[in-house]
Amino acid sequence: MKFAVIQFPGSNCDRDLLNAALKVGAEAEFVDYRTTSLEDFDGVLIPGGFSFGDYLRSGAMAGVAPVTKAIKEAADAGKPVLGICNGFQILTEVGLLPGALIFNDQHTFISRDESLKVVNNETAFTRGYGQGEDVVYPVAHGEGHYYCDDETYDRLAANNQIVLTYNENPNGSRNDIAGIVNEKGNVLGMMPHPERALETLLGSDDGLKLFREMTKWEANHV
Amino acid sequence: MSRFIEPTADDIRNQKLYAEMGLTDAEYDKVIDILGRQPNYTEIGIFSVMWSEHCSYKHSKPFLKQFPTSGERVLMGPGEGAGVVDIGDNQAVVFKVESHNHPSAVEPYQGAATGVGGIIRDIVSIGARPIGLLNSLRFGELTEANNRRLLRGVVSGIGGYGNCIGIPTVSGEVEFDPSYDGNPLVNAMCVGVMDQGKVQKGTAKGVGNKVIYVGLKTGRDGIHGATFASEELSDESESKRPSVQIGDPFTGKKLMEATLAAIDQPELVGIQDMGAAGLTSSSSEMAAKGEAGMNLYLDQVPVREEGISPYEMMLSETQERMLLVVEDGTEQKFLDMFEDFELDAAVIGEVTDSDRLKLYYEEELYADIPVQPLSDEAPVYILEGRKPELDEKAYDYSKKDLNKVFDQLIEHPTHGAKNYIYEQYDNQVGSNTVRKSGFGSGVVRVEGTDKAIAMAIDGKSRYVYADPYNGGKEVVAQVFRSIISTGAVPLAMTDCLNYGSPENPEIYNQLEESTKGMAEACRALETPVVSGNVSLYNENRTASILPTPVIGMVGLIEDVNFMEGISIEAGDAVYLVGETEKSFAGSQIEKLLDNEVSKAVRNIDLELEYSRGMTLRGMLEGGDIKKISPVGRGGIAVKLAQLASFHGLGLDAEIELDGEDLFAENASRYIVTAKPGQDIKDAVEIGRLTEDGFRIKTRDVTIERDLAEVAGAWEGAIPKCMTSVD
Repeated sequence: MKFAVIQFPGSNCDRDLLNAALKVGAEAEFVDYRTTSLEDFDGVLIPGGFSFGDYLRSGAMAGVAPVTKAIKEAADAGKPVLGICNGFQILTEVGLLPGALIFNDQHTFISRDESLKVVNNETAFTRGYGQGEDVVYPVAHGEGHYYCDDETYDRLAANNQIVLTYNENPNGSRNDIAGIVNEKGNVLGMMPHPERALETLLGSDDGLKLFREMTKWEANHV
Repeated sequence: MSRFIEPTADDIRNQKLYAEMGLTDAEYDKVIDILGRQPNYTEIGIFSVMWSEHCSYKHSKPFLKQFPTSGERVLMGPGEGAGVVDIGDNQAVVFKVESHNHPSAVEPYQGAATGVGGIIRDIVSIGARPIGLLNSLRFGELTEANNRRLLRGVVSGIGGYGNCIGIPTVSGEVEFDPSYDGNPLVNAMCVGVMDQGKVQKGTAKGVGNKVIYVGLKTGRDGIHGATFASEELSDESESKRPSVQIGDPFTGKKLMEATLAAIDQPELVGIQDMGAAGLTSSSSEMAAKGEAGMNLYLDQVPVREEGISPYEMMLSETQERMLLVVEDGTEQKFLDMFEDFELDAAVIGEVTDSDRLKLYYEEELYADIPVQPLSDEAPVYILEGRKPELDEKAYDYSKKDLNKVFDQLIEHPTHGAKNYIYEQYDNQVGSNTVRKSGFGSGVVRVEGTDKAIAMAIDGKSRYVYADPYNGGKEVVAQVFRSIISTGAVPLAMTDCLNYGSPENPEIYNQLEESTKGMAEACRALETPVVSGNVSLYNENRTASILPTPVIGMVGLIEDVNFMEGISIEAGDAVYLVGETEKSFAGSQIEKLLDNEVSKAVRNIDLELEYSRGMTLRGMLEGGDIKKISPVGRGGIAVKLAQLASFHGLGLDAEIELDGEDLFAENASRYIVTAKPGQDIKDAVEIGRLTEDGFRIKTRDVTIERDLAEVAGAWEGAIPKCMTSVD
């Protein structure tokens, strides 16, 4: 598996994500946001942080960057696309995932280790986890409140698209949602940072399984 | 005929316009001596910022000279953007602390944000990639609405900048004390790591070499910021809000990456951040260091709007800018690179052999100043200090309700949990943070190695006020304790001297005595000073702040993996290391019960400090003990409450001391956690960590609480103040 790690101006979890992919034995390369094709890659990783400073609205500028079209093509082609934090915000901004990320309820940035539950272990991303398994990933966001209307929520629930929920909701997200997949199951967006949870020395290695499963994409995804 | 309408040289003299810029009559006369004529408006503006306390250290230079600045591992000491220290394997750690007090007082968000941005650029301009941010904050008590407003603004400003640029904020400290009412302190520290071969200097050399400007377009923001930072705050300070700069962390991030890329180019001659006094200090300091002259063509400077005069341009403190000198003929390569990063850049001048800084705008000469005297002949003032009378005070808190004192101290914001603050900072971006804010120093691994850098910051102003000389020693010792508590070997330090007006003899004495003490401690603890900053004139409407030297220190952990798997659990024994003395001058119990600081001697034995610290450090690294917590504000009682609350564990302790001793704050003491029966020098086993309950028994007083009560008070200390909508 060879992953593209998208670099927008201002992306700051890009190195972390590249290192995560390398750590589980995948190939990975940085790809500039001005790139228009991702055909050479088997999967796409959209890092966290801030794209273009996010002064306007999280992901708004990234949503109209040249590489976005290529990300959509990769998603359409069934390649795995993982957006973490700002990456999740971008995925909702461009419509690859439903809903939106709005300001945390307390209107302050929140950074801490968060206890989460894998509520769907049937995706090709989460197959390595037990159903209902508790994991710890750090969160670090100002706009992490997942918002969607009732109709969208019902559809997410009915299709089993909710993958990760907070055990102690830190931001007001609807029904504690921390991460969702698209209907086809190949686009995953989440606010917490599994790429920061790869070593017990740093607090948690619960993110390892996620990246390991992604390297087995061909076999896993049906 | 000039295209800008400005006061003439005669206007400046006759109307004493220089006085508004912060220059004295004598300083103005000295400018005339240097130039051999009266300065014009641009020139007097340049002298006024370069000779401000902020840029010239005119009142503090003699004190700074006392500090030891060299050592086996020191690769570059003070004088450049930041200090550089060897960490082995041809790598180096680069760090510095800087204040942004005055801007934060009038505009807390931007003041704090640009403080962070500025210190990051200092580190980056040396060639290092930042791996950690720290901050030391002081506010008045949170019972005042204005202090809550300042705390909110400062914390979101620090987070707003640091989170966006993507550098983890891994440690910090804060104290709330009425002396900081209306004059908060915001000291930001940045730590970076680099390959030793890439260390850059801010120098302009080689006649004909080109001067490149890169970063944000220059606007009129922050004009005279350095001068503003060197005055006392007053009712008029609010009107100086335009002197506060505006941060742009997105451009800051692009500039950081672009600068690190530029530093990899062999054709780069020198680079300096445009910080305080912007284009003026960067250009003149680079020329001075390179022993060269420089011509700048200011009409080439990228500007945000039309009609910005050379005076405004030279004094603007627009953020996110760097000045580079590159080899003649290679300028296009750099401009192309910066274009790829989508940054504004332009060639704005060249290095000359004239020894003069000459500023042109559309071929008209606006300033012609000899380079060396501008920086070297800045005035230095040596004033008379006055030693205060010592108070003849005998402390006796034995009759006080010490249980109540305990409750009041742990729920005070100074001693309580700081989650409210540090959870607003991204502390793990980069995925190398081994220890983050919460309880103890930050530890960040050097990417791709087993090494880690421990980093801490602290300042104990009440001790310095009580006894400037020994208090100065203690401030250094306190940070030393924090660093050894991670298992790291302390390497070197940086200082930020926050004081009131040096023109007040008592404050001058505080500066004199405390820096003497600090210098002694640096020698004894083998932590030379490699960088620093001075912030004077910290006075509000009625009084001066407590003397607040803040020390930032870094230490090296050779193999951080020893931390893996250490768990603090019920059944662990708790030890008190060091003798407890009835030392209450500058203590928190004194603040609470007497509402003053007595001027009384505080004792500290630096030799003992060093040997005890290094012994404990080795035991932690070797796995003989699990945790080291230095005893600080609030004494043993507060430290034990914090330890239990942080780990969610109970405590059962009996100490052969008087009840009041629980709140004594003498030096060189630690609470250590280890398995029972461990042999630790100068230590007594005082009890155990338990599943539940919290009890400390002394000869005459017992403090007994539910753990939930203690932890709840500790956790709620700041949130309970911040819930009201101001």
